[in-house]
Amino acid sequence: MVIPALIVLGIAGASLFGPLFLPFTYWETHPELGASPPSFANGHYLGTDLLGRDLLVRMLYGGRISLMVGLLSTTVSLLIGVPYGAIAGYLGGRIDEVMMRIVDILYSLPYMFIVILLVALFAQPGTVDALVDVLDLTPHSPLVGWLRGPGLRLILLFMALGAVSWLTLARIVRGQVLVLKNMGFIDAARALGQTRTMIIVRHLIPNTLGVIIVYTTLTIPSVILQEAFLSFLGLGIRPPQASWGTLVNEGVQAMAVAPWLLIFPGGMLAVTLLSLNFLGDGLRDALDVRI
Amino acid sequence: MVRYVIWRALSSIPLLFLVITVSFFLVRLAPGSPLARERAMPPEIRARLERHYGLDQPWSIQYWNYLRGLLRFDLGPSYKQKEASVNALIARAWPVSATLGALAFALALLAGVALGCLAATRRATFTDRSLVFLALVGVSVPNFVLGPLLVLIVSLNLLWLPPAGWGESRHVVLPAITLAAPYVAYIARLTRAGMLQALQEGYILTARAKGLREYGVLIKHALRVGILPVISFSGPAIAFLVTGTVVVERIFAIPGLGNLFVQAAFNRDYTLILGIVLVVSTALFLFNLLVDIIMVILDPRIHYGEA
Repeated sequence: MVIPALIVLGIAGASLFGPLFLPFTYWETHPELGASPPSFANGHYLGTDLLGRDLLVRMLYGGRISLMVGLLSTTVSLLIGVPYGAIAGYLGGRIDEVMMRIVDILYSLPYMFIVILLVALFAQPGTVDALVDVLDLTPHSPLVGWLRGPGLRLILLFMALGAVSWLTLARIVRGQVLVLKNMGFIDAARALGQTRTMIIVRHLIPNTLGVIIVYTTLTIPSVILQEAFLSFLGLGIRPPQASWGTLVNEGVQAMAVAPWLLIFPGGMLAVTLLSLNFLGDGLRDALDVRI
Repeated sequence: MVRYVIWRALSSIPLLFLVITVSFFLVRLAPGSPLARERAMPPEIRARLERHYGLDQPWSIQYWNYLRGLLRFDLGPSYKQKEASVNALIARAWPVSATLGALAFALALLAGVALGCLAATRRATFTDRSLVFLALVGVSVPNFVLGPLLVLIVSLNLLWLPPAGWGESRHVVLPAITLAAPYVAYIARLTRAGMLQALQEGYILTARAKGLREYGVLIKHALRVGILPVISFSGPAIAFLVTGTVVVERIFAIPGLGNLFVQAAFNRDYTLILGIVLVVSTALFLFNLLVDIIMVILDPRIHYGEA
C-alpha cells in the first residue's frame, strides 16, 4: 500500500511543482516542430504535440486540473452525501426507507447523460451574463473574465460531478450510523438531553470518519475519470487547456503518426487511477469495512 | 409477488415523470434558443420558424403539448435535422446501441463470472493474485484510453480488425471489448467475493461429503448464491454501460444512441436530447424492474417490500 501512496504523491508533487522547473509552457506553440517524438536532445522529454507544444508540461498541467477537479468534486459529494446518510441512518423508519429508495433509484439513472446535458446547456456565455445580472457582479472584473474563460466550465463540472458522486458515500455513512446508533454513548447523549442535530453532528459523524476516508479515497479516482471522460468528448475542459482527457483526445486523433501523444497521457491517467484505487482498496481491507 | 412488481412499476412512474419534467425545463432554462445558432435571418422568418416549432408559446403550454405528444408516443420533430423526427432518428440508432450493449453485457457477465470463479477456487495462489490485480487494472483504465490503444495495436499495427465503422460482424469486436472491459473486472471481483463467501457455508461441506464432484458443487450450489451480488449489480451495470456507449461510439464511429446524444448536446437540439433521455431512462427502469424480479425469484430469503 505504500507504493501507490508514493505514486500518487509523486504525481501530485510533479503536477504542482514540475512546470516551474521546465523551460516550456503549456500553451506555447512551435508549429515548425510539429509532433516530434520524445528525445533527450532537444529538451522535449516526452515529445511535442501537433502544434509543437511540449507534452510533458501539458501532462503536468493536466495533472493539476484533474487533481483539482477531483478534490473539489469530492468535497461537494462529501457535503451532500455525509449528512444525507447520517440523517437517514439516525432517523430510521419510514424516512430512512424513502431516502434510501431515492438513492437506489438515482443509482440506476444514466446520470452521466444528465451531467452532459447540464454542461452542454449551461456552459455558454449567456450563463455568465445571467450570473452577472443576478449576482450583481462587476461586468469587467477579473472574476467575470475568468468565468468567461475556463472558469464557468470548471465550476459546472465540479458541481455536476459532485452531485452525482455522493450516492455511495451516503449509503456507507448510513450503514455505519446504523451500527453506531445502538451504542452506549448515544444513549448517554440522549439522556443528557442533546438534540438530534447535535447528536448527529457531534457524535455520529466524527465516528464515521474512518469509513468516510476510505470511500473518499475511492471517490476521487471516479471523479477524475468522469472529468477526463467529459473532456475527452469535448464537453468538459476545452483545448488549449490541458486536461488529461483533452490530451488523450488529441492523442487519439494523431494516433497513427504520433502514438506517444496517446500512450503517455493515457498511461499517466491509468497509473494515477490505478494507484488511487489500489490505495482505497487497501484502506478498505485494512479497516475491514462492511457496507 | 405480483403486488411487489406492481408497486415497483408504479413507483417508477412518478420518477420518470420527474425526469421528463426536469429535463424539459432544464433545456429551456439554458441561455440561447435552439435557433440561436442558425444563420442570421430576417425577423419575420425567425418568428415563423418559432411558431412552427411552438417555441413562441409560454413554457407551460409547450410542456402541455409535449406531454400530449408523449401520450401518442410522439417525441416531436428534431430542431436541427430538418427533415427527421426524433422518433425516426432514435428508431434508427437504438438497435445499433442495443446490439453493442447486449453483446458487451453478455461478454462482461460470462467472462467476469468465469474469471471470478476461477479466482475464488484458487484462492491466494498466483492465479488468484494476478487476476485480482488485473481486475483492478481493468477498473482503472478508462475506456477511452483502452479503446484507442486496442485500435492502435490491433487495427493499425497488426491489421487484424477494422479500426472503426459498423455493419459487419467484425466491426463489433473491438467496441464490445472496450465497452465490456471495466465490467468484466468489476463482475469478476464481485463474483470472487460472493463465491468465497458461499464456499464457506455448511451446505457445501454436505454436498462434498455426499460425494458430489467439485464441478457440481461449484455450479449447483455455490454459484447460485455467489452470483446474487452480480445480478444485483446488473441494474447499475447497464446504466454505466449506456454511459460508456457514448464514448465508445464516438471512438469507433458507430451510429448509435450515444453518438446521437452527444451530437444533440452540441447542437442544443432540445427535442432530440429530451427524447433520448426519455427513451434511455424508460429502458433502464424496465430493466431494473426485471432485475428485481429475478432477484426475488432466485433468492427466497429476500422479502418483498424490503429495499
